[in-house]
Amino acid sequence: MAAAGARWNHVWVGTETGILKGVNLQRKQAANFTATGQPRREEAVSALCWGAGGETQILVGCADRTVRHFSIEEGRFQGQRHCPGGEGTFRGLAQVDGTLITCVDSGILRVWHDNDKEASSDPLLELRVGPGVCRMRQDPAHPHVVATGGKENALKVWDLQGSEEPVFRAKNVRNDWLDLRVPIWDQDIQFLPESQKLVTCTGYHQVRVYDPASPQRRPVLEATYGEYPLTAMTLTPGGNSVIVGNTHGQLAEIDLRQGRLLGCLKGLAGSVRGLQCHPSKPLLASCGLDRILRVHRIRNPRGLEHKVYLKSQLNCLLLSGRDNWEDEPQEPQEPKKVPPEDTETDELWASLEAAAKRRLPDLEQTQGVLQTKRRKKKRPGSTSP
Amino acid sequence: MAKAGHKSGGSGKKALKRKAATEEPQEAAVAEDGATESGVQPPKAAAFPPGFSISEIKNKQRRHLMFTRWKQQQRKVRGGGGSGRTHARFSFRAGVGGWWCCVVVLHMRGHPYLGSRAAVNNPEKLAAKKKLKKEREALGDKAPPKPVPKTIDNQRVYDETIVDPNDEEVAYDEATDEFASYFNRQTSPKILITTSDRPHGRTVRLCEQLSTVIPNSHVYYRRGLALKKIIPQCISRDFTDLIVINEDRKTPNGLILSHLPNGPTAHFKMSSVRLRKEIKRRGKDPTEHIPEIILNNFTTRLGHSIGRMFASLFPHNPQFIGRQVATFHNQRDYIFFRFHRYIFKSEKKVGIQELGPRFTLKLRSLQKGTFDSKYGEYEWVHKPREMDTSRRKFHL
Repeated sequence: MAAAGARWNHVWVGTETGILKGVNLQRKQAANFTATGQPRREEAVSALCWGAGGETQILVGCADRTVRHFSIEEGRFQGQRHCPGGEGTFRGLAQVDGTLITCVDSGILRVWHDNDKEASSDPLLELRVGPGVCRMRQDPAHPHVVATGGKENALKVWDLQGSEEPVFRAKNVRNDWLDLRVPIWDQDIQFLPESQKLVTCTGYHQVRVYDPASPQRRPVLEATYGEYPLTAMTLTPGGNSVIVGNTHGQLAEIDLRQGRLLGCLKGLAGSVRGLQCHPSKPLLASCGLDRILRVHRIRNPRGLEHKVYLKSQLNCLLLSGRDNWEDEPQEPQEPKKVPPEDTETDELWASLEAAAKRRLPDLEQTQGVLQTKRRKKKRPGSTSP
Repeated sequence: MAKAGHKSGGSGKKALKRKAATEEPQEAAVAEDGATESGVQPPKAAAFPPGFSISEIKNKQRRHLMFTRWKQQQRKVRGGGGSGRTHARFSFRAGVGGWWCCVVVLHMRGHPYLGSRAAVNNPEKLAAKKKLKKEREALGDKAPPKPVPKTIDNQRVYDETIVDPNDEEVAYDEATDEFASYFNRQTSPKILITTSDRPHGRTVRLCEQLSTVIPNSHVYYRRGLALKKIIPQCISRDFTDLIVINEDRKTPNGLILSHLPNGPTAHFKMSSVRLRKEIKRRGKDPTEHIPEIILNNFTTRLGHSIGRMFASLFPHNPQFIGRQVATFHNQRDYIFFRFHRYIFKSEKKVGIQELGPRFTLKLRSLQKGTFDSKYGEYEWVHKPREMDTSRRKFHL
C-alpha cells in the first residue's frame, strides 16, 4: 500500500489535523499517515524536517510538544520524543549528529539527544532566545549554526558549539521619516549558500539581507513587497533570488542583488504557510490555508504545474530534493508480480495486496471524473499501524 | 408607396400571403447575401450547420459581428419581402385599402407588440420546432425524454473541493473546528449587531429588522470605536458573534461576520437590500419565535465553512409553532437571504409570506481569527482577475 509507495512521494505536507500527507505528483496520489490511526487536532504538525541519513526519515514536530520520527522506507511512524520546556508550538526543528534541536514560541531553544528509547531525558543544551520566536532555521552548510527571529525579537545567529551568546545579533534599522521606531517581526529566515549572509522576511512586508561578515549589523539590503505580512520564504536554485508568500496568497520572486521584484505567481487563495524550492529543478511547492498544495514552475515558463486538494489546512511542507522525479521502474502496479523478499516484508506485501485491490475500483470510478487538468486522487485513508 | 398599396390590395389573406411573401425573398436574400459575401468575406452564413444559432459562438467580438450581420440580413429581407414596418404603419394610402390598411399593417407579423418575433426572425427554426413537437405527440408515451437545457449551473466546472458526505477527514475537520462548541450544543449564540460609524436611516432600520430576525441579538451604536477594541469586550460579555454592517453613501453595502472568541471572520459585499416596507405583499411583522434555517447549495469546503457560520447565528431549537424560516440560498456564489412565514394549506400545498428584510451577499474574504484585516491570515480571498476568468467556475 502506501508503505512501499511512500519513498516515491515527492512532497510531504503536515496539516492542522495532525495528518502527515505524502503526495506523489507523478502518479497523482496523496496518502495520509497518522501516528495513532486517527487524525487529532492536538497533534497538529507545526514543523517538519528531514531526519538523519539523507531523505529517509522525517521528523515531525506536533502541537503537543512531541517530535515523531517517520520512516519513509517503512511508511509509518517509528517513535516519538516528548520535548517539554517553554510554551507554545515548535517554531523550528533541526537535527545534527544524532541530536535534535527544537525551538518553541516562548524562546526556549533546546538540544536533545536523539534517542527515543529514553523517554524524556534532560536537554544537552538550553538557550534562551527571547520571547515571540517565529522561526528557527539551521544553516545547511554548518549544521551547528542556527538563526532565530520573531516578533520584536531581532535576528540572532547562534553557534551551538560555541558560547552562550549569539554569534551575530542584528540591529534594527534607523527610525523612519517620522522618527518612529520601526517595529520588528521576522517571520522567516534563510541562509544564503556560499556566504555568511542571511535573508529574512518580515510581517511588515519587508525582505532584508544581513551580512555577519560585514561590520554593519543593520540590514545590507531591504526590499518591500505588497501590503500584507510575508509568512514564508524560500531560496531559488541559483541563489540570487528568493520567493516570498504573504497572508493573501500572493507569491513573488525578489532578486537579492538589486532588491527588485522579478515576477509573481498566481493561484493561491489563502495565506501561504509553507514554501520550498527544489535545489536543482525550477519547481516551487507551496501550501497554505486554502487546503491546496500547488507546484509551480518558476521559469520558462512561469506557471502552475500541479495542484492537489488535500482536505485539511496545510501547515508546512518538505519537498524531496532528489533529481530522479520519475517513478522507479520496479514499483509494481500489482503486488503479485513482486517476488517475495523476506518474511518480514511478506506481511507488508499482504497488506499491500488488500489495499491495492480496494484501490482499483476507486481508480476506475475517478478516471471518468478526471478531466484534462491534472487532478489528484486521494487514496482511502491509509493509516499505518 | 407601391408596396403599401400592394398590401392593402389583398386584405383577407394578408397574413398568409405576407408570410409566403417574406419567406421567399428572405431565402433569396440569404442566398443573395451569401453570394455577395463570398466575394467579400468568408461565407460563414453558408457554413452554418443546421440547428446552429449565433448565440452559441463563444467569442464575444465574433458573436457581435455575426449578430450585426444577421440583423442587416433581416432588415434586407424585411425591406425586400414585406414592406418596412415603419413605412407601412403611417401610410394611409387612399386606395382600395383605405383606413384599414394601417390596421392590417398592425397585424403584420413582426410587429413588436402584436406579432411573434420568432416567426419573422427565424422561421426555419420555428418550423423545425413544430415538427419536433408533432413527432413527440405522435409517439406519445414512447417519446424519448426531453433533452435537459444547458444552464450555467448545469455546466459548472468540476470542483474537487466539493465535500463528499462520507469523507472522514473533512468530517473530523468540521467536528473540531471553531464552530464545534456551537454544534456540540455547548454554547448558544448571542449576537452583537453594529454598523460602521455614523450610520444613516436605512442602515439603522436594517439593523433593527435584523435583530428581530436573529434571536438573542443586540444592536449597539458604533460610536467610532475600533473593532479590535470592541472584540475583547464582546468576548468578556459572552457574545458569540459580531455582525458589522458597513454603509456607503447612505446605503448598507457590506457585512462583516466575525465568530468569537477566535473564530473566522467573513467579509461580504451586500446588495439588493430591501427593508420590510419595501417588500410587496408581505406578512405582518415576525414574532419572537425562533426560526428554522435553510441553507441551500453550500457544497464546497469553503461553502461548508460559510454555511456553518450562518447556522451558528441561530439557536438550535427552532420553534415550529412560529412557522418562520430564514433561508440562505447560494446560487452562483451569491447568497440570497430571505425570511418567510409558511403555512401548510394541505399535505402538499404551502403558502408563504415574506416578512423581514431581504438582501444578497457575496463573499469577499474569509479570514482565520477575529477581525484583523491587516495582519490576519486569510483562508480565502476573492481575487477577481484570477478567479473570475471562467463563467462556469464557482467557489462556494
